[in-house]
Amino acid sequence: MIQSRLVSKTTLTRQGELPLVYAYYPGCTLHQQAAGFRESTARSAQALGIELAEMPTWQCCGAVYPLAKDNLFGVVSAARNLAAAHDLGQAMVTVCSACYHVHKRTNRLIATDQDARAKLDAYIETEYDGSGEVLHLLEVIRRDIGFDALRERVKVPLLGLKVAGYYGCLLLRPQEELEFDDPEAPRILEELIEGLGAQAVTFSHRVECCGQYLSLSNPAAAHRCSGAVLRSARRAGAEVVVTSCPLCFFNLDEAQAELAREDPEFQPLPVLYFTQLLALALGVWERPWLSAEHQVDPAPVLSRFKLPVAEPAGNGE
Amino acid sequence: MSRIGVFVCHCGLNIAGTVDVEQVTAALAAEPGVAWAEDYKYMCSEPGQQKIAQAIAEHKLDGVVVAACSPNMHETTFRIACANAGLNGYMCEIANIREQCSWVHSDREAATRKAAAITRSMVEKVRGDEALVPIKFAVNKRALVIGAGISGMQTALEIADAGHEVVLLEREPHIGGHMAQLSETFPTLDCSSCILTPKTAEVGRHPRIKLLTHSEVVEVSGYVGSFKTRIRRNPTYVDWDVCTGCMECMNKCPKRVPSEFDCGMGERKAISVAFPQAVPYRPQIDRDSCIYFANGRCKVCERVCPTSAIRFEQEPEYVEEDVGAIVLATGYDLFNKALVGEYGYGQYPDVIDGLQFERLLSASGPTAGEVRRPSDGRVPKQIVFIQCVGSRDEEKGMPYCSKICCMYSGKHARLYRHKVHDGQAYLFYMDIRAGGKGYEEFIQQGVEEDGLVYLRGRVARVFPEGDGLMVWGEDTLSGRKVEILADMVVLATAMVPRHDARELAQMLKVGTDAYGFFSEAHPKLRPVESLTRGIYMTGAAQAPKDIPEAVAQAGSAASKVLALFSGRELEHPPIIVELIPDLCSGCGLCVEACTYGARSIDPVSRLAVVNDILCQGCGACAAACPNGATVLRNASREQILNMVEALMQDE
Repeated sequence: MIQSRLVSKTTLTRQGELPLVYAYYPGCTLHQQAAGFRESTARSAQALGIELAEMPTWQCCGAVYPLAKDNLFGVVSAARNLAAAHDLGQAMVTVCSACYHVHKRTNRLIATDQDARAKLDAYIETEYDGSGEVLHLLEVIRRDIGFDALRERVKVPLLGLKVAGYYGCLLLRPQEELEFDDPEAPRILEELIEGLGAQAVTFSHRVECCGQYLSLSNPAAAHRCSGAVLRSARRAGAEVVVTSCPLCFFNLDEAQAELAREDPEFQPLPVLYFTQLLALALGVWERPWLSAEHQVDPAPVLSRFKLPVAEPAGNGE
Repeated sequence: MSRIGVFVCHCGLNIAGTVDVEQVTAALAAEPGVAWAEDYKYMCSEPGQQKIAQAIAEHKLDGVVVAACSPNMHETTFRIACANAGLNGYMCEIANIREQCSWVHSDREAATRKAAAITRSMVEKVRGDEALVPIKFAVNKRALVIGAGISGMQTALEIADAGHEVVLLEREPHIGGHMAQLSETFPTLDCSSCILTPKTAEVGRHPRIKLLTHSEVVEVSGYVGSFKTRIRRNPTYVDWDVCTGCMECMNKCPKRVPSEFDCGMGERKAISVAFPQAVPYRPQIDRDSCIYFANGRCKVCERVCPTSAIRFEQEPEYVEEDVGAIVLATGYDLFNKALVGEYGYGQYPDVIDGLQFERLLSASGPTAGEVRRPSDGRVPKQIVFIQCVGSRDEEKGMPYCSKICCMYSGKHARLYRHKVHDGQAYLFYMDIRAGGKGYEEFIQQGVEEDGLVYLRGRVARVFPEGDGLMVWGEDTLSGRKVEILADMVVLATAMVPRHDARELAQMLKVGTDAYGFFSEAHPKLRPVESLTRGIYMTGAAQAPKDIPEAVAQAGSAASKVLALFSGRELEHPPIIVELIPDLCSGCGLCVEACTYGARSIDPVSRLAVVNDILCQGCGACAAACPNGATVLRNASREQILNMVEALMQDE
């Protein structure tokens, strides 16, 4: 039974024929704070012919992969999601860095650690062997469409826009488990940005920490981290920062009011999810950001990109 | 009835500590056919060997079993002792009751039983042994040295100076290897070319050295004393016999490309000679960058050549060389720095490696010896040197220490300070490994006289900042994070084997270690021999090493070759397989089983044959033969069954 489902999954993802169907795992943040992330993901995927079918049942990924090796309780819920996606016979796709991180590592744990698998199977009361696939939407675009082909789908080339692709930690590390990109010199965000016609700026802090959950316990320390990231992006000439992590987004965006209070020289820098830039360039959403969700409004920087007049597209929201 | 002597060794307490040797001796004395049994504290000692000789004479022994350590240790010792006492050495066998018994057991009673069983089974073997004599064969007193860097050249010179002909092979169009690229050498800071060029010139003119540049080995067969090799001579598209080396072609060639010899720091022409002191001083056309080869037009070199030496139509040529010994001196490559993404090599032009910095320091280099940044030609005022890039790094690189980087980074920094007096050099290191004559003093002088700043710690990241490079590191002695805005960063990258060293090793049946360095026969006692007789190794192809060590090892390899060439004939151990032609069906299973290429099917008789010299006596073919037509000498089927029975006697 499971075997036959596996085969169907393989044919769906390997054929290279559209539409591509994936088990979409949006995660909690996209359903709460980050409506712009959710909407821009949905519209971009649709425009690219990637069918993201939201899983009928899913629950929180656990948000943080446990640091203690024997703490399996932290990944039970991720294991349950993985088993559910596998039952659908589809690869799981996420856009949130944290969801991706926890699911990918949990999946690998199940596939490689017999003991952990047996315990998790007992918790979730089903059998799952870790043979499913966990993908980030960036990987799906890279693999199924390709950044060169993406260039041809772009309706609104973001010419001249200087974009800082900020990776943070969760997408890249630990590399031997995530196998996403070179953790020291990653390229995937830059390739996406350039595929959209914009200019990717390389900045020193693109893989440094944003401050993570320190923003709850020690906001000053978190602001130091996110301030360093923002300043280095600004020094490299960036006009906007993109990320795929809601926590990075929060830390970078939220810190700016405080940073500006401390330092009159500080120049604010709008922060966007990568899918928002994608939706803008694909011409599927003229204002793919919801101003209420941003402390630093991206409108002044992005409003210069308009859909071509000939195109009878909608006027955004 | 045989008259066998059994000699049980205590090996101090190595054996006697776990095995009751008296009991083993008593048990063996009671065996039928055992005429004498005794034990002694150290059988391998002079008195121990005398006991064996004495017993052979007194008891008229026709076979000997020494129950002691592994035959790898003292088989030869005891066989010679027997031969000196008038007993054929091959009638002496070793029962290994140390490595295979006392060292791996703790139960004294069981170990004693096992030691007796092992010894008893060797008694059975000796019963069936025949007296043998070594096989003698001729040796071709010519050597092939593969690789003409400093180590290969030194080997070739020493063999040739001793009166033997040497074929010296080099893949590049010139000789000298990496040493030709270096500026000055540690710990004396003498110019590398000044000490290298006398050697290259000597190699070039030596009457007994046949120099084959731009050549590679493609096939090797045969065995020690009689190797046959096939060599491909890659085209240079210039007839070097006609060319006079005027280099008019190079001067007029319109195509410029990055120079490999300068590690991309400078340019060369499509037809070029790598450097002014190159031996041979003859140009070659690089087919990949030549305009004519790309689009069929140009031929400027052909027009300007006064001796009409250009040969666009040249094809690879194949030559065969028969030699008696082969020395591998293929040198090293540098670790792929792209794997250390945090340092930005390849992304930022002012992050370079040590060999590139050598070219910047070298008078014959692209900047004529001035230290200038690749990006804008400015003289850097702050340079950060990062050691152990890819070395001692289990995660991303090589777990081993590349051995030379502490010294050459110190040298680089000192030479830089000698050239740029107001410059500052920072060196990030893990430990300073300056073991060598004058090495520690050299590093100390760098600190005291040249003001080098050593920081003990790793660098986390290098990224562009303004027109410089920001270096984030850690000083573990003060426990602080360090940020240095440098003008240039030099990476001391790991030495790794040549990318195709494994292919060569396979062709020559030489072992390689986990990284691809050639494996020596013994890490301490046989450092230049491979496990294939007649094939030796020297230089960085065996492990990372510096010039003095590479030269010393070259002398050692040469002396091994000379020892091989010193006699009229060579001897091969007689314990090899024999064929009983009447039983052979010519099925060829033995040919498949043999890893040494010693078995083949005779095209006329259609029966299997054995090449005595290639056969290593492993017995794989004897086991594979379905008819029992192949017999391993002194390990016949009957002997083996009797030995097994003797082992099972207690069970």
